[in-house]
Amino acid sequence: MTRLTNFFRFWYDFIVGDDWVIAAGVVIALIVTGLLVRLGLNAWWVMPAAVAALLAASIQRETRQSRD
Amino acid sequence: MTTSAAILVFSAFLASAVEAVEALTVVLAMGVTRGWRSPLVGAGAALLVLAAVVAVLGPALSLMPIDTLRVIVGALLLVFGLQWLRKAILRAGGYKPLRDEAALYRAQVEGSRAAQGTIRAGMDWYAFTLAFKGVLLEGLEVAFIVLTFGTAHGSIPLAAAGAAVALLLVVAVGALAHRPLARVPENSMKFAVGLMLATFGIFWSVEGAGIEWPGADLAIPGILGFMTLVSFGLVAVLRRLRELDAVLTVGLFAKGE
Repeated sequence: MTRLTNFFRFWYDFIVGDDWVIAAGVVIALIVTGLLVRLGLNAWWVMPAAVAALLAASIQRETRQSRD
Repeated sequence: MTTSAAILVFSAFLASAVEAVEALTVVLAMGVTRGWRSPLVGAGAALLVLAAVVAVLGPALSLMPIDTLRVIVGALLLVFGLQWLRKAILRAGGYKPLRDEAALYRAQVEGSRAAQGTIRAGMDWYAFTLAFKGVLLEGLEVAFIVLTFGTAHGSIPLAAAGAAVALLLVVAVGALAHRPLARVPENSMKFAVGLMLATFGIFWSVEGAGIEWPGADLAIPGILGFMTLVSFGLVAVLRRLRELDAVLTVGLFAKGE
């Protein structure tokens, strides 16, 4: 069990890293983009906007922690 | 070579160069303190494992339908690239220490000298294991980039060639210098790789979801420009915050609080 846990933890750290919110946000932005495409909207702007917001929020969380 | 192919090769080259510099520090420390044979065999074994990973997973990934592949690979690339970018921004803004290869090398050398090793079959297994792990872990990130970038672009050999050239260059310079490559601007390189991974991650994942980018491939420089602007903007904000913190600290100190 420990080996399996370590295996998944390694890949989680490798891909997701320190801030899981970024990964979750990217998935949500992709789902929203897909839904808007189904509604007939060419919503190319969703992901760049989401990425900028996610990055800024993640940096803010990190700096707030180190400034406290 | 098209612009996106050139960016693909350049990204794989930069990522591989950065990771090779980090792996070189470990291998050099082992070689200098415990002899060259075991760490070189360890590093070679790790490179073989990495080549096998790319050779096996590459064709397997290529079997997926292109849109599904681009959504999955693009999203993975984006999440992975944002990790690199986030750390590079925090380092450039002064909120994370820069990686010091010389200090890491000294620590590795001291640790290696103090460690007891098992010598069996003419191999120092301590040196072998550390070199193997160092090269494998650093190289796994390069293999990931080569695989994702290569499959989404439809050219794993091109990405692998970019990575291999960087590896050979770093090894050659390391062999000549015989010390860690402390002067390589690692954070700037990681910043650039993070920007490119995020850019292609956005482009491919969204394209795979059914979007038609305005200007088709010409959207790539646009996304890159946008991501660069956002990232440099965040670095500028972080630097300003550091300055304000410093002024505040001096002010409080002067007041005797």
